[in-house]
Amino acid sequence: MSLVRKPLVSIVSGGMSKFGRLKGMYAREIFAEAAKEAFDRCPNLDPKRDVEALIIGCMSEFFEHQSHTGAALLDWAGLLPVPSIRTETACASSGAALRCGIFAILSGMHDVVMVGGAEKMTHRTTPEATEFITTASDFPFEQWQGITFPGLFALMATAHMHMYGTIEEQMAMVAVKNHRHGALNPKAHMGREITLEEAMSSRMVAWPLKLFDCSLITDGASCLILTKPELARRFTDAPVNIVGSGQASDTIGLYERDDLTTLSAAKLAARKAYEMAKVKPEEIDIAEVHDCFTIAEIIAYEDLGLCKPGEGGPLVENGVTAIGGRIPVNASGGLKAKGHPVGASGIAQAYEIYLQLTGQAERRQVKGAEMGLTHNVGGSGATAIVHVYQRG
Amino acid sequence: MKMAEVPPFTIESFYEFAKEKRLMGAKCKNCGALLLPPRPLCPKCFGTKFEWVEFEKTGRLLTYTIIHVAPKQFEPLVPYAVGIVKLKEGPNLLGMIRGVAPEKIEVGMSLNVDFDTAIPSQWPAWPRYHFRPP
Repeated sequence: MSLVRKPLVSIVSGGMSKFGRLKGMYAREIFAEAAKEAFDRCPNLDPKRDVEALIIGCMSEFFEHQSHTGAALLDWAGLLPVPSIRTETACASSGAALRCGIFAILSGMHDVVMVGGAEKMTHRTTPEATEFITTASDFPFEQWQGITFPGLFALMATAHMHMYGTIEEQMAMVAVKNHRHGALNPKAHMGREITLEEAMSSRMVAWPLKLFDCSLITDGASCLILTKPELARRFTDAPVNIVGSGQASDTIGLYERDDLTTLSAAKLAARKAYEMAKVKPEEIDIAEVHDCFTIAEIIAYEDLGLCKPGEGGPLVENGVTAIGGRIPVNASGGLKAKGHPVGASGIAQAYEIYLQLTGQAERRQVKGAEMGLTHNVGGSGATAIVHVYQRG
Repeated sequence: MKMAEVPPFTIESFYEFAKEKRLMGAKCKNCGALLLPPRPLCPKCFGTKFEWVEFEKTGRLLTYTIIHVAPKQFEPLVPYAVGIVKLKEGPNLLGMIRGVAPEKIEVGMSLNVDFDTAIPSQWPAWPRYHFRPP
């Protein structure tokens, strides 16, 4: 049993919709599914009496022609008339919602808040969805000049290959691992295993990244119920405490950065979260990291201090980050196999850690996991949010 | 652009200069920081006084990718190369790489900045630049 850290807030429940192509279901309806699970998991919670606010991450109003998303989701979750706020930091939108939920409780303004995320994407064509996501990169000097979102991560991949000798097979191994994990997750978008050969021979998207190096366009929603640590036992015998929270920023344009093999915002966010939690990287038992592209997971290992810079490729190759390895990463299947409904992903990561630390992750359970971490990245790394969790 | 008055240190001005095939950045009069793109507020010292500096339009390739799946407007060009170039003066620029076969592109190679002649009609109607070997 490691040292008991000072909790910022406690998670007393959580919910996640099925991730996938949810035909005919819109963001508010998908969010209602996630909210219902969180309510059902926590019989001691009376949502209408106890939940004082909803903070929701949602990236884009383009998908559903709908802004003011917080209001719609709050109503469909049955939580009228408490306040709702939407946070937006691209693919880290619900990581930001989680942080704002922590602020809301630590300020003393609220005792119990729901935080969540949702995105409805699959009713759009792939070019449309890609265009909407690409708006998270710099318009005047990146989008306008012909780069794509996979292209930005491909630029990082090439730099990483050039500097450290990382190879395309190692990136493909991230995909193979996460699909193996995702096959154990009944809510994953693409719950089947893939072979290294299949990943390596998939069609090119932005060299060196192929189709299986990219996360999925997915519909989905996620949520958590947060409360003050001293109130947690009123709601559950098995809370999970958030013991560290860090967020940092970098240039909106990837091109303005000199070192393209790392995300400095992620390193800074991790350092802050580790310091707050008084935790060292080697004490983390399980992590969910932002594998929007396979290279992003390799860079995440390095930025989070799970290995030294340049050693991310060998780390996945040696099985260290697979379930059964020293530090399982993306046991849920990650954005890669579970899917990436952008606004929902940050809290879906936290939901997985909540399940893992309370022994509710079923076939993908990492035995004895006590300290967890999430790493949520917005755009090409202009925003990064890291949280550290401990079993309560 | 009328040269009699100093253009504002904005992205719009950068692209106005690009129409004249000039790569122009801003130099902070307070701390000397060289900004490309130009900005109205120096992020290093918060200075607001600048002078225009003309770049030599040459540098070295930091990294690149070959785009196979592109947005609609760039679809006719696939596969095309995009790279980030470290300019001789220090700042970086991202753009397409032309005039060299994809398999001949190498990190570290010398590239020059060139400007497209045709100006797109769609908003914001800025001219595009690209890189090519000297």
